[in-house]
Amino acid sequence: MKHLAKTRIILPALAATVIAGAVQAQEVLNVYNWSDYIAEDTIANFEAETGIKVTYDVYDSNEVLEAKMLAGSSGYDVVVPTGDFLARGREAGAYQDLDLARLGNYSSQDMQVQNFANNQIGVDNAGAVYMWGTTGIAYNAAMIEERLGADAPTDSWSLILDPQYASKLEDCGVVILDAPTDVLPNVIAYMGGDGTSTDARDFEAAGEILNAVQPHLRYIHSSQSINDIANGDICAAIMWSGDAFQAAYRAEEAENGHVIEYYIPKEGTNLWFDHFAIPADAKNLDNAYRFIDYMLRSDVAANNVNYVWYASGSEGAKPSIDPEILEHPGIYPTEEAKKNLFVVPVYDARLDRAVTRVWSRFSSGS
Amino acid sequence: MAAARQWISRHGRRLVVALPLVWLLVFFLMPLVEVAQTSFTVARRGIPPFAPLWGFDEDGFFTNFNLENYSLLLDYWQDYIGPAGNSLRLAFVSTLICLLFAYPMAWWIARSNPRQRAILLVLVMLPFWTSSLLRIYALIGLLNPNGFINSMLIFLGVIDTPIRMMQTDFSIYMGMLLTYLPLMILPLYAVMIRLEDDLLDAAADLGASRVGVFVTIVLPLTVPGIVAGSLLVFIPAVGEFVIPALLGGPEQIMVGKVLWTEFFRNRDWPVASAIAMLLLAILALPIIYARYQDGRETALDRAEGQGGTS
Repeated sequence: MKHLAKTRIILPALAATVIAGAVQAQEVLNVYNWSDYIAEDTIANFEAETGIKVTYDVYDSNEVLEAKMLAGSSGYDVVVPTGDFLARGREAGAYQDLDLARLGNYSSQDMQVQNFANNQIGVDNAGAVYMWGTTGIAYNAAMIEERLGADAPTDSWSLILDPQYASKLEDCGVVILDAPTDVLPNVIAYMGGDGTSTDARDFEAAGEILNAVQPHLRYIHSSQSINDIANGDICAAIMWSGDAFQAAYRAEEAENGHVIEYYIPKEGTNLWFDHFAIPADAKNLDNAYRFIDYMLRSDVAANNVNYVWYASGSEGAKPSIDPEILEHPGIYPTEEAKKNLFVVPVYDARLDRAVTRVWSRFSSGS
Repeated sequence: MAAARQWISRHGRRLVVALPLVWLLVFFLMPLVEVAQTSFTVARRGIPPFAPLWGFDEDGFFTNFNLENYSLLLDYWQDYIGPAGNSLRLAFVSTLICLLFAYPMAWWIARSNPRQRAILLVLVMLPFWTSSLLRIYALIGLLNPNGFINSMLIFLGVIDTPIRMMQTDFSIYMGMLLTYLPLMILPLYAVMIRLEDDLLDAAADLGASRVGVFVTIVLPLTVPGIVAGSLLVFIPAVGEFVIPALLGGPEQIMVGKVLWTEFFRNRDWPVASAIAMLLLAILALPIIYARYQDGRETALDRAEGQGGTS
């Protein structure tokens, strides 16, 4: 009988929770964002300010997010896809366009950046840029100098893409990002071509360049290199800008003597934009708009940038951003470097397959 | 009342069998049929990212049936054969290594006294209580160039420069051994525990050497355990994704990664399904054939045995 008595207490309690949940249904929000991509106190501040209960989940690749969106009924209300993935998902009917009138803080967006991002997608209201960045090279200064001397090409893609340098760095560890659309266009730019090319032959040629350095690579991965370069397990890697700074910061924290630098290669690199977007089947639409608007607010945006070290989509945030970040040419590119930046167009399914094939052959070493 | 009891006694056995059957139908057969269907349809941009295989619209019945996903695999077979070969090779060697470690361990557990045995069995299962991902990351911490093993060896003066263990076949085998060893130990143990000591004593009394006892008595009697354990290790090892992704390098790309690429990067769920179906055929058909042969032989044996006594 004892356990019966227990159920008598538990059942009403359960029922009460369920009813309470139903009453407050409007006051929840499910956010799906990149890992390590928000200041530690942002969510708590938002909850305190609005009373909305946030369930916050993270992913570490666009592909994982996309598969969830394409399967449907993801349950998320706000997600943060990169531009080309947002464009494709939008075409598939996975995202709804934003009603910009509901985002009061949209007016403080950096419109130069926002327009760049909109052009990639082809409409003005698919998403609001959260952060943006470049793809470049992170390296361990001391290890590179030890092997290549003072004239190491630490301003060019050739540090990793030219076998004469890569072969000398093989023993300390060279890594390439496992993201074909962030690497192959840059290889084309390195070859003197146009990074925005959609000609399969350019990608074949870029594949040849990569195959030549493949034997000298330690591995091909998108997130493992952050820790490894910070620990001195590898010495040079093609990385996303913010990841490189995170690695530099971790090495500094650990006081292990490794100094990690990052540069945008002179041949040019791709710009990418991560957007706040709302899935087509979002259930808490009002809260989604409140959250996005909150994230676009200048002080909140600045707080996030000061934590994650990526460039912000917000112009209004700039006065409150750490000068060290604002003046860093690896985060906010100089006017000179900006000339060689490009935005990779959205590929069609046919080119996708061709690009993946080139990439698979490169990564399997065949 | 009596009728009900009669009904239960007549159909009770079927009821008991029905439950697992329904389970298999819902959670094994239906997903399999879904994957098989997807492998014959076409990719598209939409939710879900492939067209339905068949259905009805205003014009009546329609179908998107085609064999292009399979012919694509055939056309580009060079791109798939490498990872497939890697998978078979790494899984095969991993199974052998597991067997090599598991056999003496299972033997030792089966021969210890019952109280010890319980503790040892729990110890075998213990690693399963932590996430396999966590164990793999712990292994990375051990094998890294700046990891525990290399630091220790350098500190002791055994080596000057770190040995490269990560991103090699070696690290894959370590990962597989760490993950799959219990799956090999348990079926071996189950067979060995039933092995009578009297048999071994009798063989020894009749003058068999220790090696002789092992080869003629122990080994043949534990074959069912070896086969069961090997299948339990080999089959998941072939499709393994996490271990090669975290511990392997470019030379260790396995079928799991190829599936991932088709699924996530090409967004081509139909081709991914076609690969899965082919893999299933390559793995399952030989096993089904072997079981069938096995069954026939037992039936033949039984028939012969009966012929002998009559």
